[in-house]
Amino acid sequence: MLSLGSVGAKSTKPSFVSYVTPEEIKLEKEPPKKLKHPDLLPGEVEFCSANPILKYTQDDLSQRGVFGTLFCTNFRITFISDEKSQEETTKTFKNKLYGENDIPLMFVDHIYGVYDEKRKLITGALVKNKYPSKIIIHCKDLRVFQFCLTYTKEEDAKKIFQGIAHHCLEEKSLKCVFAFSYTGTPSPEMQRKRETILFDSPEDWTQEMKRTKANCRLVTENENFELSQRLPKYFVIPSALGDLFSYQGKGFPIWCWSHYSGCALFKASLPPVTQEDGDFQKHFDIMINAVAHNYLYSAKTEDLSESLPTIQDIQQSYNKFKQFFLIENSTDFWLSDMKWFSSLESSGWLDIIRQCLQKAVEVVECLEKDNTNVLITEEEGTDLCCVISSLVQIMLDPYYRTLMGFQSLVQKEWVAGCHAFLDRCNHLHQKDKECYSPVFLLFLECVWQLVQQHSPAFQFSETYLTVLSDSVHMPVFSTFLFNSAHHRESVLKAESPLAQSSPLSCPTVWDWSVQFDSKAQNYFFNPLYSEKVKHEKAVRKPHKLKHQRQLSLPSTAFKTPFKKGFFKDETDSLKKMLRVKRLSRWMGSPDSTAAISREFYESWQQRPLDYHGLLLPCLDGPAVRVWMQRYLRWIPEVHILGGGSVAVMTKLMELLSQVQDLKRVLEQRDSSQAAKPDHRPYIQHRLLSFGSSGRLPSSFPFAYSRNRSFKPIIPTGLMQCLMLTDSLASQEDEASSFVSLV
Amino acid sequence: MEESGSVDSVESLCSSTTTRSDRSSGPRVSDTELRSKAKAVEKVYKDPSKDELPLLPEELVQDSAKDVTYICPFIGPVRGSLTVTNYRLFFRCTDREPVFGLDLPLGGLSRVEKIGAASSRGDVSYGVVCKDMRNLRFVHKEPEDSLKKSVFEVLMKFAFPVSNNMSLFAFEYKQVFPENGWKVYDPLAEYKRQGLPNESWRISKVNDHYELCDSYPATLFVPVTITDEELRRVSSFRAKGRIPVLSWIHPESQAAVVRASQTMVGQNGRRCKEDEKLLQAIMDANAQSHKLFIFDARPSVNAAANKMKGGGFESEDAYQNAELVFLDIHNIHVMRESLRKLKDVVYPNIEESHWLSNLESTHWLEHIKLILAGALRIADKVESGKTSVVVHCSDGWDRTPQLTSLALIMLDSHYRTIRGFQILLEKEWLSFGHRFQQRVGHGDKNHTDADRSPIFLQFIDCVWQMTRQFPAAFEFNEYFLITILDHLYSCLFGTFLCNSEQQRLKEEVPKRTVSLWSFVNSQLEEFVNPLYVHYPSHVLFPTVGIRHLQLWVSYYIRWNPRMRPQEPVHQRYKELLAKRAELQKRVEELQREAANRMASSSSERAGSPTRSITPVQTFV
Repeated sequence: MLSLGSVGAKSTKPSFVSYVTPEEIKLEKEPPKKLKHPDLLPGEVEFCSANPILKYTQDDLSQRGVFGTLFCTNFRITFISDEKSQEETTKTFKNKLYGENDIPLMFVDHIYGVYDEKRKLITGALVKNKYPSKIIIHCKDLRVFQFCLTYTKEEDAKKIFQGIAHHCLEEKSLKCVFAFSYTGTPSPEMQRKRETILFDSPEDWTQEMKRTKANCRLVTENENFELSQRLPKYFVIPSALGDLFSYQGKGFPIWCWSHYSGCALFKASLPPVTQEDGDFQKHFDIMINAVAHNYLYSAKTEDLSESLPTIQDIQQSYNKFKQFFLIENSTDFWLSDMKWFSSLESSGWLDIIRQCLQKAVEVVECLEKDNTNVLITEEEGTDLCCVISSLVQIMLDPYYRTLMGFQSLVQKEWVAGCHAFLDRCNHLHQKDKECYSPVFLLFLECVWQLVQQHSPAFQFSETYLTVLSDSVHMPVFSTFLFNSAHHRESVLKAESPLAQSSPLSCPTVWDWSVQFDSKAQNYFFNPLYSEKVKHEKAVRKPHKLKHQRQLSLPSTAFKTPFKKGFFKDETDSLKKMLRVKRLSRWMGSPDSTAAISREFYESWQQRPLDYHGLLLPCLDGPAVRVWMQRYLRWIPEVHILGGGSVAVMTKLMELLSQVQDLKRVLEQRDSSQAAKPDHRPYIQHRLLSFGSSGRLPSSFPFAYSRNRSFKPIIPTGLMQCLMLTDSLASQEDEASSFVSLV
Repeated sequence: MEESGSVDSVESLCSSTTTRSDRSSGPRVSDTELRSKAKAVEKVYKDPSKDELPLLPEELVQDSAKDVTYICPFIGPVRGSLTVTNYRLFFRCTDREPVFGLDLPLGGLSRVEKIGAASSRGDVSYGVVCKDMRNLRFVHKEPEDSLKKSVFEVLMKFAFPVSNNMSLFAFEYKQVFPENGWKVYDPLAEYKRQGLPNESWRISKVNDHYELCDSYPATLFVPVTITDEELRRVSSFRAKGRIPVLSWIHPESQAAVVRASQTMVGQNGRRCKEDEKLLQAIMDANAQSHKLFIFDARPSVNAAANKMKGGGFESEDAYQNAELVFLDIHNIHVMRESLRKLKDVVYPNIEESHWLSNLESTHWLEHIKLILAGALRIADKVESGKTSVVVHCSDGWDRTPQLTSLALIMLDSHYRTIRGFQILLEKEWLSFGHRFQQRVGHGDKNHTDADRSPIFLQFIDCVWQMTRQFPAAFEFNEYFLITILDHLYSCLFGTFLCNSEQQRLKEEVPKRTVSLWSFVNSQLEEFVNPLYVHYPSHVLFPTVGIRHLQLWVSYYIRWNPRMRPQEPVHQRYKELLAKRAELQKRVEELQREAANRMASSSSERAGSPTRSITPVQTFV
């Protein structure tokens, strides 16, 4: 293999494989064997199958592979190898719903067919014609599968190809999604307490308002979606907002979170634009006033659709970006390695991440430094508003950096907040792609940047985020399947097997035991998380003190609580004081925006770091990175055997479990303390035995490198890598003869 | 805490893991690495309440000036006092919170020059270009007395002692450390560790007095079948007489890493029987393989061009069973230019919107990739192919040590320890004559010298990339690497002075100067990677894809306060280790207590709790 390393080092694209040899082998020893069938999930139905199919191994250029049977069910495409699978059982991080050779139908991003050595994107039209010799499947979790169809009987091949194409690519109705057939019973493991707050009841919202000491009003009038079907069932608005029904279901400033100072963050869809411009303005003013009234009569607004990329921009950028990771063979890999940085830049994805984080920092600055209320708006109020408001809350509120807190945040802002998951994820493969955009993934990317920069502040790990980003496309959970609360409720009701009784219950994604056993769930926790050391009471006090110290001057002047009606009486004089400003206008030109928040970041940076306080990301060029685990996990060329962050993490987990063991021993002995259970999550970090060899690939816990006889990956095509033509390259090494020394 | 006393801050300066607690000290910490070199000494001399300059032994203040303005690219102009000693430049401003200071060794200066003419107010401006990726700018009043030299004229004199016929500060500095770093590397002991000499390899004394090759070490290992006379003939066929000699031998397969310079083939295709015999003997010394790989570090075009100047490469006709591979690594001029571009991109400010394409346009990481890829191929041939390899470039003192030492780090875990790494540098770089004096230009004002090139920096960068990929495989931490680079320029220690072993002996460097390793080994705890696990037999094969290479932000962009590295992993790990030790101690105490109690009471109950204690193996 290394011979291509010599002088020329020119690697050619793999020529199309000669199938003679494997075919012969196949025919020689064909025992009349039984077809292996996949273990079906409850409710899963097999559609079609074909055998023998060659599944290529991705690792190398040799176009080798494994023979087996390809199945298509109502849940997945699955490949079952004729050979015995050995490794499956040894996995410590195994998804119970799908394995490494399974592609849940909703994971399929694109299918390519190879016809006469030409690769074509499969669309409806192509399916009718002849079937391809090879199909290549690009998945949304960035796996790439290649199956060769030429060994199987023609009608089988045709059937499986058309089956796959039909079930993955054709527009389908929501009813066909596997979640409505899945009959898996909710696991008993799911504990009632310490559960994710779903924000589907008035109590959840009241509780949240209490937690943040918000002074707002819970709206229950939309319980039956009378106000609007686009609005959540329950939501919270500024207490000063008057008549609800004049809004036509749009333009409500919806409360997101309250800062300890009293100011709060609101989000809103833009009020309906009527014939007269004045109406819009009037409506907008009412909205602003209501927000401003929340605290100190100050408010800043920001129209996110003006200052951030549109959802179409996000979609296009991600489309370009993901191509760099959908690698079909190593030649492609090394070719794309050469222009890596400039292609990365041209996709603009990292820049969009930076812009979102930047905007969130600006909002944080308003809340934290200036103590003004902030209202962010957007056409629908359920896309970038969700990204920014969730990021702001993560930066400001350490609760959302715990696993449960983060899940509750996703529920609050995204699920209950009516983000149109179904459309944005394009679960149904609708052809008009206008509404398709990976907005939620963008949010996870931003969170990953924060996790990467301040890992001890987060209770969850990057593995958790990666798994969550995959689970979005998992057609088993109800969490990411609907466009709004109303949508969810009506569909679940209609699909209920026992009509009129209880609505269909789908598991939520937060019931991780559906996908992973408790051992695997340990990987969701960040061993570096620095918990609050003292008991809560002890910590809360200094916390408050610190906050008071940080309050800016004007707020103390207004410290006395307002009486009701205060505003009405002295409207005129107060209106003059009203500090209603537009965030962007107030900030001035874009250049100075960056400069101002730069200052904010620097002053924060100079304070001692408190992982349970405000957290800001560094946004300078080198600090915003590619989410390596998510994007590189399936590419064997970049796996480091025995290295990567896995090496650190496993080491830390080992150490932690040792510490926990010792602690337990101490506790056992200390009879007085014996009754007190320690329910911190990482007590579960039992020694995760990795064997003494301990050399895991950096892609752990996702891809496992198999049959890799510990060999380095030598890049090919280095010659093209750096063809320098300037005169320096041809210069002699020694410019002058010896120079005497000292 | 941060403002309270410089005792604390100086202490904190010594930790590479810049934690948030010392962030508050602002750009002052930016001189972290430079100041820490003399930590042990500073403690004695320093008075925290005053802004007295902590001086090293034999360090003398040469001049100082008040009312100098330092134009900081990050926080704007700062007024303070500037002091120049025979070792360092020291700027301090006390009327700011936090206190601002600059403290850098004069060895780190590459160029000092007046910028423009004096302004109407009598201000003159000076620019200082440093070797460590930053530029400084000062403004001060022209002294009224025109006869008096300005502090900058003094600075120019002491910054470039070699150009002014003075000696480097390393020759004055007389600090005594508990350990003598000059004793770290003993060639015979190191080769003995590798199992040499053996039946195939012998020590040759042919270069005992540096007669065969003045840039090679005195101790050379060659195949037993080659006589010294033959070696002499080979030396006339290899550039600068740098004959193929052994650098490392695989403990099991006996595959060897051999280094050399290019063959003097020339346009007429000269051949040398002895050289051919030597390479055959190298191949024969390894029974496992009937092949030899010759790695020519250069791009094939450049290697061919060298024929015009009498050089060239081994032809396949003359060297049967040998396969020649070009590794496409560019020359010192390309590397110098690449680093210059990199400095433009990262200092002082980073252009956010074009950061990635700007980074790409410097080609710096691509060069790193090529070097690592070359070393990887060498290591792979030796480890997986069990084949001996010969590595050379043109002269065999730039790209060759980069490749051999990186391959050795991959192959031999000994070189991943702190002392092992020191030995590696002493052996592959210093004894085999990497021209540190020329490449760095110690004390020389000729900053445009085309012989300067960041070859060693590039190597350290590659090592850093490997420590990133294998965070638990190296005993040393990032701070160790940064310290080495800082003292590559500082001229405080004798380690990196001169161009060869012969010159260092002639100048009596080991006698007259202190070794960097004396300093390092006297405070090892600063440089230990808490994640280190010693796996003696592990070979490391890094991934060289550019997706996995990173710019070394905490070195190249360390002066930018916004990019201060965050290394909480190590911090937390240290905490955990301490916690574990504490708990372990407590368990032991309780166990003892229980044992005592058990002795007095019934013997039945006491057995169970002790059983549940899992044995904890210490791995750090």
